[in-house]
Amino acid sequence: MALFDHLIFGFGVAFSLENLLYCLVGVLVGTLIGVLPGIGPLATIAMLLPLTFTVPPVAALIMLAGIYYGAQYGGSTTAILMNLPGETSAVVTCLDGYQMARQGRAGPALAIAAIGSFFAGTVCTLLIALFGPPLADLALRFNSADYFTLMLMGLVAAAVLARGDTSTSLAMVVMGLLLGVVGTDVNSGARRFTLGLTELIDGIGFVVLAVGVFAVGEIVSNLGEPGERQVFASTVTGLFPTRADLTRSFGPIVRGTGIGAFFGVLPGTGPAIASFASYMVEKRLARDPSRFGRGAIEGVAGPESANNADAQCKFIPMLTLGLPASAVMALMLGALTIHGVAPGPQVMTQRPELFWGLVASMWIGNLMLLLLNLPLIGLWTSLLRVPYRLLFPAIMVFSVLGVYSVNNSSFDVYLAALFGVLGFVWIRLGCSPAPMLLGFVLGPMLEENLRRALVASRGDPSVFVTRPISLVFLAVTVLILVAAAVPTVRRRRAVITG
Amino acid sequence: MDARNRDVWAGLMLLATGVAAMLVARGYPAGSALRMGPGYFPRVLAGLLILFGLHAVVTGLRRRERIEGSWSPRALIVLPLSMVLFGVLMERAGFVPAIAALVLGSAAAGRQRRLVEILLLTGVLTAASVAIFVWGLGLPYPLVKGP
Repeated sequence: MALFDHLIFGFGVAFSLENLLYCLVGVLVGTLIGVLPGIGPLATIAMLLPLTFTVPPVAALIMLAGIYYGAQYGGSTTAILMNLPGETSAVVTCLDGYQMARQGRAGPALAIAAIGSFFAGTVCTLLIALFGPPLADLALRFNSADYFTLMLMGLVAAAVLARGDTSTSLAMVVMGLLLGVVGTDVNSGARRFTLGLTELIDGIGFVVLAVGVFAVGEIVSNLGEPGERQVFASTVTGLFPTRADLTRSFGPIVRGTGIGAFFGVLPGTGPAIASFASYMVEKRLARDPSRFGRGAIEGVAGPESANNADAQCKFIPMLTLGLPASAVMALMLGALTIHGVAPGPQVMTQRPELFWGLVASMWIGNLMLLLLNLPLIGLWTSLLRVPYRLLFPAIMVFSVLGVYSVNNSSFDVYLAALFGVLGFVWIRLGCSPAPMLLGFVLGPMLEENLRRALVASRGDPSVFVTRPISLVFLAVTVLILVAAAVPTVRRRRAVITG
Repeated sequence: MDARNRDVWAGLMLLATGVAAMLVARGYPAGSALRMGPGYFPRVLAGLLILFGLHAVVTGLRRRERIEGSWSPRALIVLPLSMVLFGVLMERAGFVPAIAALVLGSAAAGRQRRLVEILLLTGVLTAASVAIFVWGLGLPYPLVKGP
């Protein structure tokens, strides 16, 4: 079967010593930053991106992906032990995970979180391998009009489903598109918004923007929060879940994986939404819902599987369509571009080692996390005692060196400082910067496809509704916008996205 | 009006960006739909930003949500300044002074500042950066250079 040939080929790539090493480094760094509040996968991937320029693209992508799903594991560890979600995806895990820890059942909670995540990771690896090729085949038939409406749909969906106000998120997408315009226009050679600065002729650097907004802006924002956090760690005794724990968790893990995979391919939904949805489902299905919030293992197993499934399935639209469904995926897409790989459906056929190697590495990485995390829990919790006042200067050093090393340019560092200020302002004003990054990455492609579509149709805009594929995307876009404006959906959305 | 009205400020920010972009983009030929000039796409985007900005101002006046939480003016000024200092020193004085200044500057942006701890941190982080970036990754930066 072709599926297994592909996977075997992928495992061949991923099992090279070098790639295994990068995978290990990735998941370890990911767990580390997942454990530490105040720094997320977004900032970490942005600042480590330049360091991967020297390694082959496969290894770079394997490591960056490892950071991403490793962070989900790390976030749940602190949620269970300390009632402190290291990542937003682990907020739900606090509810029952911490209660379990207080009852002396931290070990089983951690174990079931790891087992659930591993199960979800395995299923999603298979899903990517199964649905990747047909989706890419379909995408190869898209023309520029289809691509334009597909991206439009992705951006609108991301803005509507993102945290915060819909219209503000849409505005931030436009802001990102506008920032993406800066530089030389590929078509006419005209310099746009360069303000006469030669440094801006090639546009705003991807790393500059991402590090500025998501590392510097975030730190400025954090430094405004009063007080150092207090850490009370519970001790872990007895890791293994009982037979009853396992029977209770089986259903939630399977359902959580399904829920996570569904939300995963939707643009704009973070793992937090998937884990919240899974929690609600389990609570509703439970024979005795009052157990939830008092240490029900189902409340850990479901959401933990869901957030990992979501994180992994986010790779499906990115790898097959070149469409990033979240800000982290936008970073991955940027990483691909920087490595000279044009994202899109042709990646799978032209660079099969990249696609299948990455897919296989995700399964290996999940296995590493399962085996490594439980013995290393003591180390992770002791790291939490490092105070933020020592941590953030180190983050600054990595961020600034990352930005500088791309072009050895001081100008880039100044620009990143400016984006740090802007990022802080955006966060304060409730303008979520994540949709901005999506707009920034997709901006140039959006403009190019719009231009090509209109040239091909001799300037007739009806091309977007006469082609069936394009019409479907456009209809879905309109549907999403209408749904977002309906009051009942709005209220329900406010509950889910918090 | 409430001076901390969040959406009004967000709207004004969007409006200002949109208007500025529109003014600059007016200098680029727009072309037609058949042959889009370099000014076509930016104008559409700037127009959209202006609309979103107006919408946010109106919502803000109706909804009156406030900007919550505390912030640190010190961090907002000192942290970006330490990055600028890094850039200048990197060109004039070399890697070691630039990193040291960045760490000192960052630490100075924080809330709790303990002198001995900051000096120790500066030493450790500078040494670590030299080891990782210059020796380990072989980035071609002179450790110290003359004026």
